[in-house]
Amino acid sequence: MMELYAKIIAIGLGFAQGLFGPALGAALFTLVKTSVLIMLIVAPLLGAVAYLTLLERKVIGYMQVRIGPNRVGPLGLLQPIADGIKLVFKEIIIPSGADKFLFVLAPVITLTVAMAAWAVVPFNKGVVLANIDAGLLYVMAITSMGVYGIIVAGWASNSKYAFLGAMRAAAQIVAYEIAMGFALVCVLMVSHSLNLSDIVNGQAKGHFADIGLNFLSWNWLPLAPMLLVYFISGVAETQRAPFDLAEGESEIVGFHVEYSGMLFGVFSMGEYANMILVATLTTIMFFGGWAAPLDSAIFNAIPGFIWLFAKVLCVLFLFLWFRATFPRYRYDQIMRLGWKVFIPLTIVWLVLIAAWMQTPFSIWR
Amino acid sequence: MLEKIREFFKTFLLFELVKGLAVTGRYMFARKITVQYPEERTPQSRRFRGLHALRRYPNGEERCIACKLCEAVCPALAITIESEQRTDGTRRTTRYDIDLNKCIFCGFCEESCPVDSIVETRILEYHGEKRSDLHYTKEMLLAVGDRYEAEIARDRADDAAYR
Repeated sequence: MMELYAKIIAIGLGFAQGLFGPALGAALFTLVKTSVLIMLIVAPLLGAVAYLTLLERKVIGYMQVRIGPNRVGPLGLLQPIADGIKLVFKEIIIPSGADKFLFVLAPVITLTVAMAAWAVVPFNKGVVLANIDAGLLYVMAITSMGVYGIIVAGWASNSKYAFLGAMRAAAQIVAYEIAMGFALVCVLMVSHSLNLSDIVNGQAKGHFADIGLNFLSWNWLPLAPMLLVYFISGVAETQRAPFDLAEGESEIVGFHVEYSGMLFGVFSMGEYANMILVATLTTIMFFGGWAAPLDSAIFNAIPGFIWLFAKVLCVLFLFLWFRATFPRYRYDQIMRLGWKVFIPLTIVWLVLIAAWMQTPFSIWR
Repeated sequence: MLEKIREFFKTFLLFELVKGLAVTGRYMFARKITVQYPEERTPQSRRFRGLHALRRYPNGEERCIACKLCEAVCPALAITIESEQRTDGTRRTTRYDIDLNKCIFCGFCEESCPVDSIVETRILEYHGEKRSDLHYTKEMLLAVGDRYEAEIARDRADDAAYR
């Protein structure tokens, strides 16, 4: 696989340099190569977003003793495509008092941010678009930008309800981002690295990994409280039930009241892309990324990215399961949980982990 | 004291949340109750009150004698009847309209009918694309009766023992 990739790269580079000269050819080739790689990540991601909506409707339907969509195509498999076509052909209404440019820009920001973070996500050993050392920092910086999409949407709508909704959503995201960040600081402390590939590799070491029980040496066990905090914050961060006050379709107006048609569609695409991102990051930080759970010949024969996708799917299923189970939080409860429970808890745990790492009992040597 | 400690751990181990998840998780594998309507149907009572019909006697004579009891009893005032004497001396309707926009499908017309002429059939799949489509005239009601007479008669016979 890797040899084939190297061969294609070499042929392509030679071809480009032969055509445009050494310097310009190399630059153009890098541009084309990167664009193709981005397409290779983004296109399946958009497909996953579309089919996650179907999976969500199916799973929630099943949990409510219904069967979910099954009319469009076999087993309802064409439902997301039908939904997409419907959204594209719906009229986009821009309120007369709205700032047109920002109004259109806001959903684009949301989706772009959700896509951009994928640049540093490793899919397998060495399979990553940008293997940068500050990967974790990049992810946190980029995902924090998502709040701009919401603020801008609320502001540009020129509607007091949208604006209040945007304030609420933004405050919620900011509150949980801190807890999320501290939880990730624990992860980077124990793995001595901000590079996501190194974080995954670091989890394959330890006492349990030596005896073949890889899954027990992943971060989820020693950092279990941080996993809980991170995952719950992740659910709050993506505005999913039970923290879905931003959307809250049945009882509260959110920041995207004024949005219709595909502009609204882009917002929800961003939401689902964020869900997949949070699920993937949870997998990478706490569940060993692409690593197989047991060190056995059969498990190692399965390619790493299949392990990654399987784990991500399990985490995504949890998102849907939560939505089918839990009633929505009240706004003051959301704020209380974020500021008064998660942030103190993560800070205390951060100190505990740091102290543990200094003792002779540290398991992260 | 012990109770308090137990509560503390229950809170932080998210005990209630897991319990809730277990409930929905269990229901995910439960038998689904969805009835996929055009292909599957729920059972229908023989007393179902659907589209109206006017019946005839086996010799082809219409049953309705224009007594106007149904018109009088109709709580929604949906029935309009006009009558005249025919050349053979019997009284028959010249007009028998049911406005299905008004009808509440209470079944009083059928109950009040002394000759079992106006009945409500089991038909529930009919529609009108404009209001006047749901304004059923005597001819339309008789046509429904002619078409479904076998089913109407069978339902009435089956139910007779309980009335």
